This record gives sequence, C-alpha cells and structure tokens, in this order.
Amino acid sequence: MADVIPRAAARASSGGRNTSARSAGVRLTVDWTACDGRGLCAELLHELVKRDDWGFPLISDQPVPAALLDHAERAVELCPTLALRLRADQ
Amino acid sequence: MTIAELDDTGRHARTRSDAVSFTGALIGPTASPITDLRTHHATYGDLPHLAPHDVIRLAADAGLTGHGGAGFPLWRKLEAVAAARGRAVVVANGAEGEPASAKDRWLLAHRPHLILDGLQLVARAVAAHEAFVYANPRAPLAHLGAALGQRQRARIDRLPATLVAAHDAFVAGEESAVAGYLSGGLPIPRTKPPRVVEKGVRGRPTLVSNVETLALLALIARRGPEWFRSMGTAEQPGTMLFTVSGAVRHPGVVEAPHGTPLADIVDLAGGATARLQAVLLGGYHGTWLTAHEAAGATMSRAQLATFGASPGAGVVVAIGAETCGLVEMARVMNYLAHESAGQCGPCLNGLPRIASQVRSLAYQGRDQRVVAELERVAGLVVGRGACHHPDGSVRFLRSGMRVFAAEIALHAQGRCSRTSDAAVLPTHTA
Repeated sequence: MADVIPRAAARASSGGRNTSARSAGVRLTVDWTACDGRGLCAELLHELVKRDDWGFPLISDQPVPAALLDHAERAVELCPTLALRLRADQ
Repeated sequence: MTIAELDDTGRHARTRSDAVSFTGALIGPTASPITDLRTHHATYGDLPHLAPHDVIRLAADAGLTGHGGAGFPLWRKLEAVAAARGRAVVVANGAEGEPASAKDRWLLAHRPHLILDGLQLVARAVAAHEAFVYANPRAPLAHLGAALGQRQRARIDRLPATLVAAHDAFVAGEESAVAGYLSGGLPIPRTKPPRVVEKGVRGRPTLVSNVETLALLALIARRGPEWFRSMGTAEQPGTMLFTVSGAVRHPGVVEAPHGTPLADIVDLAGGATARLQAVLLGGYHGTWLTAHEAAGATMSRAQLATFGASPGAGVVVAIGAETCGLVEMARVMNYLAHESAGQCGPCLNGLPRIASQVRSLAYQGRDQRVVAELERVAGLVVGRGACHHPDGSVRFLRSGMRVFAAEIALHAQGRCSRTSDAAVLPTHTA
C-alpha cells in the first residue's frame, strides 16, 4: 500500500476520470487511532461501509468500484476525525 | 519461581553442553555476567572497525534476522534507514514487555557490552547521530549505566548511547511505541505508514533493533558470517535465546540453534516435571500447540508455520496435565485486554468482551454458543488496529480454543480437569 493519497493522485494513479479502470486498486482504509466511530462514512457510503458492535466502520476489503469512487472521496473528505483514507495498491 | 526472579542470577542460563556438542554463542562460554569492559574484551576480543557498508554486508552475509519476534532481516532495515533522509537514530530495544520472556533482561544483565558493541555497529552502518538503549525497567539499569560509563572513559564509542528506562507495558516495545516514547510522547503504537525506518524518533529515520539481534551482530563482526552460518538452518542461520517456563525442572533462559526440536529446548530447561498437555510458543501473541504437536515441532519459522505458529521472541511455556489451560487463557486474555493502549476502538472494546466471554466459559460453564460468539467477536478485532495487539491476542485465543476444546466441554458440564490452582502464565499489569 502506498501512503495516503490525495484525491487527484488517486485519480492519476488509477487511470484518470470516467474510465472503468480508474478505481482499480484503490481501497478505503481507516486510521484506527483517529477513528472515533462517529459513523458518517457508514451513512454516506453504506454500500461499502457497515458498523460493528461498537459503531466502528467495517469496510469491504475489495477495491472501491469505479461507480462509487466519488462517494468514497466524499466520505473521506467529510470524516470528522480525518480517519478515513483512500490508498492506491502498489 | 517467577520469570522475574530468573534474570539477575544467571544460575538458570544453560547451554546445550550435554547431548550435542554446541556451545551457546551468547550464553557460552560462561553463564556469569560479563559486565566489566576488560573481561568483555578478554572474552570476545576487540570489536573490529568496519566501514558502514561492511556492516550491512556482514548482516546480509550472515543472514541475521531480528530477534524481537517478527524475524525481519536486519540488513534490509539497515539499508532502509541508511537510505532515508535525515539524521538517523539507533535504538537497542530491550523493552521486553512480554511477561513470559526474560531473555532480553538476561542479556542486559549478563552481556551489556555485546549489546552496546552491536549498537555501535548499526550506528556506523546508518551514520547515526543519536543512540539509545531502551531497557525494561526491571533490568539492572544501574549496571547498564555503569557499563556505558566504562565505555565513555575508555573512549571506545564513537557515538555514546543514552540509557532510557522503558515503560513496563506489553505494547511498549513495539517499534513505533519505542520511537514515540523516545520522542517525548506516550509509549503507544502509532499508525503506519510512515514507517519508523523513515520517520521514527522526532521524525528522523530510526533503527529499532532487539538487544539480542545487536549482541549477535557484535559476535558476527568478530567471528565472521561463516561462523554464524555454521549454526542453525540455511533459511535461519545462528542461534536463538529461549525463555522456558511452566512445567519444567529449571525454568530460565536457554540458547539453541534455529531448527532445534522443541523437545530439546524443554530438555535444556531440565525437562518436563509432569506429563505435558500443551505448549505455548512465542508468548501472549503466540500460538498454543497440543503436547502431541509440540513433540513434532522444531524451532524454525518454516517448520512452525505448518502449525500456524512462530518462534516469536523465543517464549516457551510448558503446561502440565495438572493445570487447567482454560483458566490460564482466561487470566491472560484479561491481561491482554488491560494492555490495550486504548487508541483503537475494535481493540479497546473487543478485547474486554473476548476476555469476559472466556471467563464465562471457564467459570460459569457456559455452553458452545459462547464459543461461536467468541469467534464472531474475534473476527471484529483482527486487522483493525494500528499495531498487532488485536491480531496477536486473537491468535492466542483461537489456538487456545482449539487446543483446550475438551477442557471447554468439561467446564460446560461444571467440571475442570485441574489438580493444581497455581497460576503458570505470569500476568503482571503495569
């Protein structure tokens, strides 16, 4: 996994916008020391994020599908503790 | 006798001088402390002067891997720190937060100058500007300070090291926790990346290396990589220290080459005092084996991987037939829950729930539904933390649930097989 990648770099590394390959190998990860389990990600991105017994995010370990990348980026930007990240596979 | 009482005496350190013609690289030629610099040099010879790249090549040629538990090749860590930008820091890690381990404290007490020689070598390899000895607070810190003083008076260290007493907690020796503490923060793990080799102590490239690894490097510098490769296996050359406790005649620290049968390690500690029912390998983040599996195990990464186990940092705890493995597990899970740094939700919440469920299996005779629920909660904890505390704790749990399945069924009927109430696995809490 590479370091945390900003939105533009995530696009560049995954082939640019509006192509089916653009989200190949981009995954959601959580900085567990930052996450407080507020649950915003599970509301904004319920397709990929569920909550565990204590409210912390349970995230699919599959790459983010192209169709959901914009939603994933929004969830990353709106995470109140900046704990949600998008990372490109290496 | 507790593990804590073992380290300062050396009486229990032994080499396998009996059956096999092997002299411990670290424990031999004498189990007594070598704390005086002159005695150290008379025993091992002077430390040769090596260029930075020679140190890295030496570690690579010898095939020296880390002895803190993960078994990562030292030369790769050295290269990563040497290549990173910034003034490098080196740390001899003797935090030894694992309650069932005493080998790092044994080394700090008995071979301080080998550790400090190794620290000088890695400092040279990465052109370090700062060196630390991060030692378990129950190690003889005054003697370590004296050893550092001797070296300063003899002016043999290009980069004198600073002694720091580690926080006495299970996760305090995790390398990002070490770097955090030496940066003036709390001794708790942080999220990676960035890796410690790139950004460690105060953001500088940092090498955190176990004290046993450094002591071995100091011997390799004197005797050569061929000497090291003449012991152990092709994949894992050299020797390893083991802390053997539980149902053995002479609990303590022993040394043996990688690839030694587990049964021989138990024999080095005087042999079993009872019929064994199980062995815990690698500590509280380690793996339980049945006595039958233990009889066929050899202490190498490759062979133990077939049992889902690893030598870890060399902890071997033998559980005799008189002890209840489930009661032992319940106490250790409670300890592991308390040792969570409390930063990551799944670990902070999940480990106490697991601990309470194991307690209910042990003391309330709960049925198999609790076993299924335990597996579900374990799945919520694995891989969801900044460090491996949740993963390691679940490895301990799952392997114990398998090995002690018959005992769990017995407790569900309100019975227990134990004939002794003595606690075997130590659980001090910080």
